[in-house]
Amino acid sequence: MIENLDLGMVNWARGQFALTAMYHWIFVPLTLGISWIIAFYHTIYVRTGNEEWKRLTKFWMKLFGINFAIGVATGIILEFEFGTNWSNYSWMVGDIFGAPLAIEGIFAFFLEATFFAVMFFGWNRVSKGFHLFSTWMVAVGSNLSAVWILVANAWMQHPVGQAFNPDTARFEMQNFTEIIFSPYAINKFVHATSSSMLIAALFVLSISSWYLLRGRHLIMAKRSIVVAAIFGLLASVFTIFNGDESAYEIAQVQPMKLAAFEGLYDGRQNAGLVALGVINRDKKVYDTQEPFIGFNLHIPGLLSLMANRSFNSFVPGMKDLVYGNAEHNILGSAQKMDRGKKAVVSLEAYKKAKKAGDQAAADTHLATFNEYKEFLGYGYLQKPEEAVPPVALSFNAFHIMVILGMLFPLIFVGYLYFSLKGTLVEKKWLLGLGTITYLLGIIATQAGWVVAEVGRQPWAIQGLLPVSVARTNLTTGTVQATFFMFLILFTLLLIAEISIMAKQISIGPEEN
Amino acid sequence: MIEKLDYATLQHLWWLLCSVVGALFLFLTFVQGGQSLLWQVAKTPTEKDLVINSLGRKWELTFTTLVLFGGALFASFPKFYSTSFGGAYWVWILILFTFILQPVSYEYRKKQWNIYGSLVYEGFLLINGAIGILLIGAAVGTFFTGSHFQLSDQNFVTWTHPLRGLEAALSPSVSSLFNIAMGLFLVFNARTLGAMYLINNLELGEVPEMATRLRSACWQNFLCSLPFLLLILGSLLMMPGFGIIDNQGTIDIVSFKYLRNLIANPWLIVLLAAGLTLVITGVWNTAKTAKTSGIWQGGLGTVLVGLTVLLLPAYNMTAFYPSKVDLQSSLTIYNASSSPYTLKVMTYVALGIPFVLAYVAYVWWLMNRNKLKIEDTGDRAAY
Repeated sequence: MIENLDLGMVNWARGQFALTAMYHWIFVPLTLGISWIIAFYHTIYVRTGNEEWKRLTKFWMKLFGINFAIGVATGIILEFEFGTNWSNYSWMVGDIFGAPLAIEGIFAFFLEATFFAVMFFGWNRVSKGFHLFSTWMVAVGSNLSAVWILVANAWMQHPVGQAFNPDTARFEMQNFTEIIFSPYAINKFVHATSSSMLIAALFVLSISSWYLLRGRHLIMAKRSIVVAAIFGLLASVFTIFNGDESAYEIAQVQPMKLAAFEGLYDGRQNAGLVALGVINRDKKVYDTQEPFIGFNLHIPGLLSLMANRSFNSFVPGMKDLVYGNAEHNILGSAQKMDRGKKAVVSLEAYKKAKKAGDQAAADTHLATFNEYKEFLGYGYLQKPEEAVPPVALSFNAFHIMVILGMLFPLIFVGYLYFSLKGTLVEKKWLLGLGTITYLLGIIATQAGWVVAEVGRQPWAIQGLLPVSVARTNLTTGTVQATFFMFLILFTLLLIAEISIMAKQISIGPEEN
Repeated sequence: MIEKLDYATLQHLWWLLCSVVGALFLFLTFVQGGQSLLWQVAKTPTEKDLVINSLGRKWELTFTTLVLFGGALFASFPKFYSTSFGGAYWVWILILFTFILQPVSYEYRKKQWNIYGSLVYEGFLLINGAIGILLIGAAVGTFFTGSHFQLSDQNFVTWTHPLRGLEAALSPSVSSLFNIAMGLFLVFNARTLGAMYLINNLELGEVPEMATRLRSACWQNFLCSLPFLLLILGSLLMMPGFGIIDNQGTIDIVSFKYLRNLIANPWLIVLLAAGLTLVITGVWNTAKTAKTSGIWQGGLGTVLVGLTVLLLPAYNMTAFYPSKVDLQSSLTIYNASSSPYTLKVMTYVALGIPFVLAYVAYVWWLMNRNKLKIEDTGDRAAY
């Protein structure tokens, strides 16, 4: 199956997916979140008839449009990239994975696409009520699309409701409701959409702070800041809480990811959460180097609490998960590989026997396969240590996300406090910090996806399908070529987007 | 009722649904056709703005339909998705590349500080309108002429031609001629539809000279599409095809396969004849009379012709994605589909499609009941 395996190609394909997904995710959170804020402004305009709110609505709508276009452009490649760069994956899990993508197209994208034109161009073409309805439908459609793609992604992290069919050599859907209502999917959706609302609030806060610093559009800026700060505070607190729930889910179904993003090599009871520390990038799971360089500070028991809802519980480390831990009844990837290889060999023997018409042999091999099939994915790993994701990247991304995530509610509280006191305009330091919060938000949300996706490696489907098998049979040069094609094109488009956005912001709402 | 559908019925149903989405996409390529007409029919900045703003209110529908076509194929025929997208790599990458250019071009073309200037974005729209559609047509052509791939026991694809899909249009062969003819037909048909749509949507009294150019463009592009259409139809009646010849699913070359398919499914002949008649009626009404409703006949006609073209290579025990190098790797609706469970789930989901179509049609009517005027392009929200 993995003859002619070119790991260089696999890594370039991973890089390309990371590149396109990260570009896409620069724009998507803003689309998801700001669509609600626009709908909120638009509602106030329709209820009050105040032209000031209409101007505000149109202003944020214009920025939404600029962002939306590049979000759509960078998004189309992702859906088809599953086929172009990961065709074995597409075949092996298409029976399950394709359905959410199709449903996303039917119900979410069409809602968005149909009402998008009305939202932008319907001011004098449809009734005020229908126009407002359309604005809400764009928000609903955008967020509905997030539901389905996150259901798909959650399934990659926690593949429920499926079974491997040895005759078709693929995973097939057994229970659709189990897939869409998987707790992992619900957590993922809640965390992604609440953090998107947070990003949108930071976007409004950044632009409004800049206006206040420049002494322009003061009324609009102050109004926007109050709405954004309330919206953002609620979203950020909610994001922290459901982030904790996500960590609990990860501990249950992806313990290796949890261990990696906490730099936990040796499992322990009363495990602490790293509050301060520099991860040792050179450390390997099999050596005796220290996990951290120099001083590091752990908050005792907090990781155990996050992982198992108990301060004294045992959290397995990477060594336990690679080499096993009999005391805690943990099967290591080394043992899983042995069983997985039996599954791989018996599957191949089964296919051969079927082809040869030897039913008795086929039945024997099938029975062996069924015994070990849950470890099939491990049969394709080359060594047990391969089951460990990039530790330093996971660790750093997780801690950047958490630190920034904790900072945002404090910033929103500060804005609300000084707004209520009426002294916000005098607080230049806060406004200065406010102007860069959107950038910090983008960094935090990108880091979140790095945790989710890098932490899942080497698996395309957790525990079932490694990326080395999921790939398309392409040469490294081909994938390199398309990697740079997308890098150059997306960068050129991003430069144009930033430039246009900057101009529109500098023009401001009055002239729009 | 859905629970009682057998596997083969579900497979036929889902190929039909995918084909309907594909056929609707072909109709909606009036957006791409209009884009490629921009420099030909719009001679002043005002005329350009009118064309862009008219098409700009519909680009998302075309784009979304293409995405849905991909998603529906992924869900219902994942082996096609994995074989074609992973195998014919370059043709799909280039198609996607042209579609990446489209949304930003509408949004950024007239915006201040757009860095590259309006002309570049208009060039992007031309690339999407011409190259994108040409390549899609060439890819559809391979449904009849076959591709260069082999599947392993695990159904993993190996493409045996170094051009990875571009050989459909670039290799010196009769197959390539057919594929290119399909691509060029779609390009000229899209341009014909684009002219029809603009005639229907614009306040022509404000731009009488452009109206004349649009009616003329409709006729010229229809005439240009005819030789390719005749070549395609003639070839389909004569060419051998890839048939399933026994109960084990063995594939072999069958002479006059597509003619046999038409005879076995006479309703396809009716669809094709009705489609062609409607397209011709739409073109005549637009180009040779003062009517503005030609897009509806032309659009419906395109859907019917598109539906015939997509059903013909799949029904009646035919391989819809044949392999030239290993016949037994060819894909049929029987060996390429999802499991019965998934197809049933998706069939329940598809019950929502009429609702989606209904609100799309209603919003279309709301937005298009008044013609687009020059003053509509002056709004700062306009493209």
